Amino acid sequence: MSTTTAPAPGASQEDLARLDEHWGERPSIRSWFSTVDHKRIGRRYLVTASLFFVLAGISALAMRTQLARPESNLLSPQEYNQLFTMHGTAMIFLFSTPMLFGFGNYLVPLMIGSRDMAFPKLNALGYWVFLFAGLFMWASLPFGAAPNAGWFAYVPLTDDVNTPGLHMDVYALGLLFLGIATTAGSINFIVTALKLRAPGMSLNRVPLFVWAIVVTAFMVIFALPALNLDNAMLFLDRRFDTHFFDPDAAGNVLLWQHLFWIFGHPDVYIIVMPALGIVSAVLPAFTRRGVVGYVLVVLAIVSIAIISFGVWVHHMFATGLPHLSYSFFSAASTVITIPSGIQIFAWLATMVLGRLVVRVPLLFLIGFIVTFVLGGFTGAMFALTAFDQQVTDSYFVVAHFHYVLIGGAVFPILAAIYYWLPKITGRMYHEGLGRWAFALVFTGMQVTFFPMHLYGLFGMPRRVYTYRSEPGWDVWNLVSTIGSYVLAAGLLLVLIGVVHAIRRGRPAPPDPWGGDTLEWATDSPPKPYNFPVLPQVHSLHPTWDEASRASMGDDATADRTLTDGRRTLLTSELDGRRERVVEMPEASLQPLLLALALLVFFTALLFAWYPVALAALLAGAVTIAVWLWPPRRPEEELGVVS
Amino acid sequence: MNETRDPAYARRRRPVRHAVAAATLAGALPLAACAGDSPSALNPAGAGAIRIAGLWWVLFWISMAVFAEVMALLVWALVFRRRHDTRVRHGQPLRFVAVAGAGVPLVILVVVYALGLRDLAALGAAPGRDAPTVEVTGHKWWWEVRVPGVDGATANELHIPVGERVRVRLRTADVLHSFWVPQLMPKTDLIAGEVRETWLHAERPGRYRGQCAEYCGTQHAHMAFQVVAEPRPQFEAWLARLGSPARQPQTDAERRGQQAFVQGTCAGCHAIRGTGADARVGPDLSDVGSRWSIGAGAVPNDAGHLGGWIANPQTVKPGSYMPPQPVDAERLPDLIAYLRSLT
Repeated sequence: MSTTTAPAPGASQEDLARLDEHWGERPSIRSWFSTVDHKRIGRRYLVTASLFFVLAGISALAMRTQLARPESNLLSPQEYNQLFTMHGTAMIFLFSTPMLFGFGNYLVPLMIGSRDMAFPKLNALGYWVFLFAGLFMWASLPFGAAPNAGWFAYVPLTDDVNTPGLHMDVYALGLLFLGIATTAGSINFIVTALKLRAPGMSLNRVPLFVWAIVVTAFMVIFALPALNLDNAMLFLDRRFDTHFFDPDAAGNVLLWQHLFWIFGHPDVYIIVMPALGIVSAVLPAFTRRGVVGYVLVVLAIVSIAIISFGVWVHHMFATGLPHLSYSFFSAASTVITIPSGIQIFAWLATMVLGRLVVRVPLLFLIGFIVTFVLGGFTGAMFALTAFDQQVTDSYFVVAHFHYVLIGGAVFPILAAIYYWLPKITGRMYHEGLGRWAFALVFTGMQVTFFPMHLYGLFGMPRRVYTYRSEPGWDVWNLVSTIGSYVLAAGLLLVLIGVVHAIRRGRPAPPDPWGGDTLEWATDSPPKPYNFPVLPQVHSLHPTWDEASRASMGDDATADRTLTDGRRTLLTSELDGRRERVVEMPEASLQPLLLALALLVFFTALLFAWYPVALAALLAGAVTIAVWLWPPRRPEEELGVVS
Repeated sequence: MNETRDPAYARRRRPVRHAVAAATLAGALPLAACAGDSPSALNPAGAGAIRIAGLWWVLFWISMAVFAEVMALLVWALVFRRRHDTRVRHGQPLRFVAVAGAGVPLVILVVVYALGLRDLAALGAAPGRDAPTVEVTGHKWWWEVRVPGVDGATANELHIPVGERVRVRLRTADVLHSFWVPQLMPKTDLIAGEVRETWLHAERPGRYRGQCAEYCGTQHAHMAFQVVAEPRPQFEAWLARLGSPARQPQTDAERRGQQAFVQGTCAGCHAIRGTGADARVGPDLSDVGSRWSIGAGAVPNDAGHLGGWIANPQTVKPGSYMPPQPVDAERLPDLIAYLRSLT
């Protein structure tokens, strides 16, 4: 079992000084822009995604305030429609995935015992593109030009006749822009997890969180092209009068929906999967044992990823497609709940067999189980076409996906914030504050969203900026609004807790929880090179086993210390056998420059400054050429050392 | 809106079940208080919605049972597994995980999937060849209602004979909409460039609220309609009214109002049968005085709201396609009187 003492330094003072020289970054403005350190980039993802979460949350509060009573005039319909579209778009694209990618960025190299991501510069590019794409989209809101046709942007409402102005151009271009970041990040995760694992970490010793991130990354690679294609066609239709979605010219409006949901349903799991990975990562520390059924959980993760590509039509159950195809997609959508069930019962079994240490992260995991399970029930109901047709596009579906996404993603993310805060900041959070935050967030969530099941069944459609009191929806809407304020207060308390920890928190030991994965075997916060000595992994729970820990201490060897430059180890994909040493790239401004070129490109497309767009494209191409130009370095430095 | 208070409409179908549901769902009195006149899927009045409500209660109780199982495990762990001297057990109860997480759910899901297929087939059974047919066209943001073979049109209100299945043919004039009457029938989307069909059936007379359920732009919130289920003779009378000229003005005020309508800007967009006004941009107003609302559910249909609507629809339904009307202050009461007389 674990200890909370610092790992015995297996590297000499001299080694540490040399590692520091190669990996350390002097604080300067230039290094702020040029860093490729996965931990700094991960932190930035977390902070930026949280900022977008706050903006999207404020949008939601404005909407809930408008809906507190019938026939309210607080917001105009035009304002409300932009707010609900930006709320959904931002929560899905600018918060959930980047936030979870932020944790992945910070934690995957640490968990697998590496010194950085496989492509550190690509990683930096991913962050800058995410930041710029997020600002690109949010910047439209103050000008009243924000996307306003819902986050799934159905044609023909989104064509240039029905929605003139920049609104949907911002949407299409913003998502295309953002897609670059998500794709780059996914490729990076896959290669990192397959090639950079510490020696001895065979596939069956890969932490469940890393499995979840890698499987998610594969899903992104397969799902995102459909969305990109959709948005490219939408932009062409709007700007250059093509007719992909124009029924009067033999286009097809359902084509948009098919392509959107071929991306969109896997995307639900792209959001939830890493969060389920967080659950599997956090639970062992607070149950004092490994998650039950490691192999079952991995199989569940992989099968969800595969099945999720065969269920998209359940978002289109009311469009009047043939019943035969509905019955197929209904069956697939029903079956996909089973791998989730396996995971839920694996966690419950873990809790029942272990010893519970009730701290804030565990409280959020309990909140997760309660909420996610309820969302899962309504999810299984939506798999039944006949029932779906009654409640889809009503507040019942709003209730359903908030149970799934707040329960399945936000609660695990909050657990992750409290769990890894000591690792990331080197400071402990205040337990009492955290418990209050949990109580408010959990209560607020239920009070806000449970009634939505009811007024959805009572006939209230979603996406209405106001309603009359006759249908009897007003009391429940008021309850929801009150709940949303409680939820917001709880989230504010989370923020206060984080700020309090950073400014006033006790210094955190390397391993405050007795965690089982490798990030707890190094300093809090970790040094830029993560591990003075790269570990030799002997089990699924390396920080809990003596041999793996000793490999970084007394049993350290020079071939895992690698002090001659920015170096880390490549290992084989399946068995984690040592292959060779690789040289990692230095800090560079190229990622930022490329991202800026792309920002100019997309902005110029938005405003139809096509020569500027062309120039930006050329500038981007030049940056890529310089980036990829083979460096004039001796062969030994090119990674051909052994 | 007093005409919505049909006693049969307010009657609860399965009082005991609903009471249990109310208590279980939220322990809530307001539910019971509002269920009577609520357009609720749990207060079904037609063959389609009754089926779905039945399916819902099956799903609801299964969910509650599984939820109880999950909560029991969670509470058990929290109560018995948190003492400091609790011995951690390192077993791998894979069989438990497989049975509880996959086996039992699989059995449940196969059963509910079969029930779902049964109900999908029931919803898909088209009404007979000689069933009455109503054609509904979605516009931003109102519903145009026509009957094949009948010349006239109305808006945001369609009539069906009680106890009969009525075919509803759905088209859209612009963007996607979705036709939803929670108490009678689940949704069918209106797809641009295509024709969709659904059917309606009401087992008792009443007025059933429907609303567009697919986001369709600025005034999606105000795109409601009513389905009026009435005995066959009244339905036929409605059909006859739909095919005949609008009621002639009876009083001087009404006559002046009609003149204002035909000669003013109104006739540029609206039709009133028998007056020569036959534009089809906005709703046909031949029976506007008898409709349940103004602006597809935006405000009740009374003289005050009608006047406000004509003067400036943008204050009532911002973003709607009807611009403010330059009607003289002294002409407005006449116009209102005329339109109110069109029943």
